[in-house]
Amino acid sequence: MSGQSTHHGPGAAGHEAHMDPATAREAATLGIWTFLATEVLLFGGLFTSYIIYRIKYPQIFYEGHLKLDHVLGAINTVVLIGSSLTVALGIAAIRKGKVGLLRLYLFLTLLLAGTFLGIKYVEYTEKFSHGLYPDTDIFFSLYFMLTGLHGLHVLAGMVLLGGVLFLAGRGRYSESYHTPVEISGLYWHFVDLVWIYLFPLLYLLG
Amino acid sequence: MRETTWNGEKPQNGSASPRGYLESKGVWAWVYTLDHKRIGVMYMYTTLFFFLAGGVFALLIRIKLLFPGQHIFTNQTYNVLFTMHGALMIFLFVIPAIPSGLGNFFIPLHIGARDVAFPRINLMSYWVFVAGIVVILFSLVRPMDTGWTFYTPYSARTAADVTTLSFGIFLIGMSSILTGLNFLVTIHKLRAPGMTWHRMPLFIWSMYATSIIQVLATPVVGITFLLLAMERVLGVGFFDPAKGGDPILFQHFFWFYSHPVVYVMILPAMGIISEIVPAFSRKPIFGYKAIAYSSMAIAVFGFFVWGHHMFVTGMSGTAVILFSLLTYSVAIPTAIKVFNWIATMYRGSITFESPMLYALTFIFLFVIGGLTGMYLGALGADIHVHDTYFIVAHFHYTMVGGTVMGLLAGLHYWFPKMTGRMLSEKMGRPAWLLIFIGFNVTFFTQFILGFEGMPRRYAEYPAQYQALNILSTVGSWILATGILIMFANFVRGLFRGALAPPNPWKALSLEWETGSPPATENFEEIPTVTDWPYGYAGRQT
Repeated sequence: MSGQSTHHGPGAAGHEAHMDPATAREAATLGIWTFLATEVLLFGGLFTSYIIYRIKYPQIFYEGHLKLDHVLGAINTVVLIGSSLTVALGIAAIRKGKVGLLRLYLFLTLLLAGTFLGIKYVEYTEKFSHGLYPDTDIFFSLYFMLTGLHGLHVLAGMVLLGGVLFLAGRGRYSESYHTPVEISGLYWHFVDLVWIYLFPLLYLLG
Repeated sequence: MRETTWNGEKPQNGSASPRGYLESKGVWAWVYTLDHKRIGVMYMYTTLFFFLAGGVFALLIRIKLLFPGQHIFTNQTYNVLFTMHGALMIFLFVIPAIPSGLGNFFIPLHIGARDVAFPRINLMSYWVFVAGIVVILFSLVRPMDTGWTFYTPYSARTAADVTTLSFGIFLIGMSSILTGLNFLVTIHKLRAPGMTWHRMPLFIWSMYATSIIQVLATPVVGITFLLLAMERVLGVGFFDPAKGGDPILFQHFFWFYSHPVVYVMILPAMGIISEIVPAFSRKPIFGYKAIAYSSMAIAVFGFFVWGHHMFVTGMSGTAVILFSLLTYSVAIPTAIKVFNWIATMYRGSITFESPMLYALTFIFLFVIGGLTGMYLGALGADIHVHDTYFIVAHFHYTMVGGTVMGLLAGLHYWFPKMTGRMLSEKMGRPAWLLIFIGFNVTFFTQFILGFEGMPRRYAEYPAQYQALNILSTVGSWILATGILIMFANFVRGLFRGALAPPNPWKALSLEWETGSPPATENFEEIPTVTDWPYGYAGRQT
């Protein structure tokens, strides 16, 4: 965002640092919260469908949830909440100027995120092997759309945090400037939060 | 510089460089630019191109409708033509033109900022927009025949390439979200010192309301088109009755975006009118707060009226009555604006340069469009005219009579600021007259056709409707002639227009304090604001 405008093309002259650092930080924070609001509405379409079809077809939803692996789902929940913790610890570290610690926590976060996607891959494979696909019934349509869209967000979050990790390695962040770390962290908490809703809605509610 | 009738007056607050932000040349200076003005200009060119393209489709539709039976085009070609006309006009012209084009250029200038909050996201949003256009063009290998609303189940089954198109619209939506987000943050954080909320130009209020809708409604259409594509690719069944889904759900999702988005189209135009009317009446705007808050009210109410597009497709009686009531309530803030514009003009010293002509046209046509909207909000009347040409006439009075007239008013008003050159009034006024006459001949006849029962979207019609259809088609030729003259005026103005002074209209908002065209950094120094921008001195001026 605005704080990182160092290398850009020839047309950019005159647009370096057109905000003071405090304003830039406030702008970035307002920007990410607004963006998260759009994300809520993006998932909102799917959650609305969930409510409608759950009321319409309670039996299909009951039978569907029995076919999901609750244990793997629970492990993944712990994994993702753990990754939210490591991101939060990373932000706390850079606030004190500890770049090395930030990098360690970001690395752990990426590791946990990768674990989450790995477990998700195992689950998907197992569903496919039992002939359960997105077109099986409304429940599995919802299951694959919700977890699939969430999975894409996990992937996007990994790219984002990977970028922050890379830039942290090049010494871009410090005690006084770490806005990108904070806003990527907020995004990651959002991705975690969506899963905290998905897990009970899909795996637990009978 | 070819000629100059301008006496060389210096801008109050801007460098005297004659080419301003247009100084650096070459393709890359545009492709990589982070300057909100250049990005706004790129949006302007892109959207105006699709205005012309969509217009060509419209002319072809009207030519087809000269005759009642199957003539000139096959019925399938006709279906493609009206789908392309609607989809291109809505998604690539009417929605982005004012916010992304004029909004990008003038929001920072209006609030006394050097740029938007996130210049790189701004540039990215333009290129995502272009990527969306490219994807949509690819989908034309098997062109759309669904109508611009893409209703399921037909859109899930047609041989047309709806999947690729959905992806394209998803990208266009993403660009729209990024632009709205950027504007929201810019308006919150980058106002010049002293510019309190109640000193903002009304164009900024309306763009603020617009951005809220863009940010909150667009994600829903994103997920809707994603689900439509997944229905075709993966066999997901949310909209498919055979799999327990419900096609009406698609309509709810679609209109949850597509109704609020008509306010994305109209609110910025209303903002432009609120700038032009006081400047050309030489009077302070009447009812500043009423106009400002009514923009916000429209944005809020706009989210709760989508059901009125679905009165005949199956909803509970209670829901239908609620939606009807809410639809009526949107008329209140809209009428507040119209009354305040008229009160502003009352006893003003009105002059009739082209921006004001288009602004007055906006008020006249939009009132007709708005009031016929009331017919459609009324449950009984709606069932009579549903899916007839009455609807077509209604939304063209709001979209063309409203949004496009507002855009044209804005383009004529700000052309000197954007290009540094004046438009010719000698060409501008006849163009306006032809557009005004042509538009009304084309579309007023369609109110009558609709009331007599001619359905929309059909390629053929009973012979009894032919006379009025011929009249409407002739009107479209008059309209097209006017638009061509107007574009000729733009092109002439770009190359041969007299050099523009910093403030040709003697208007009071901040953009007129800097040069025409403005320097890259907009202002020499960030202005300090001490008053609202409507302190025109009344009749004696």
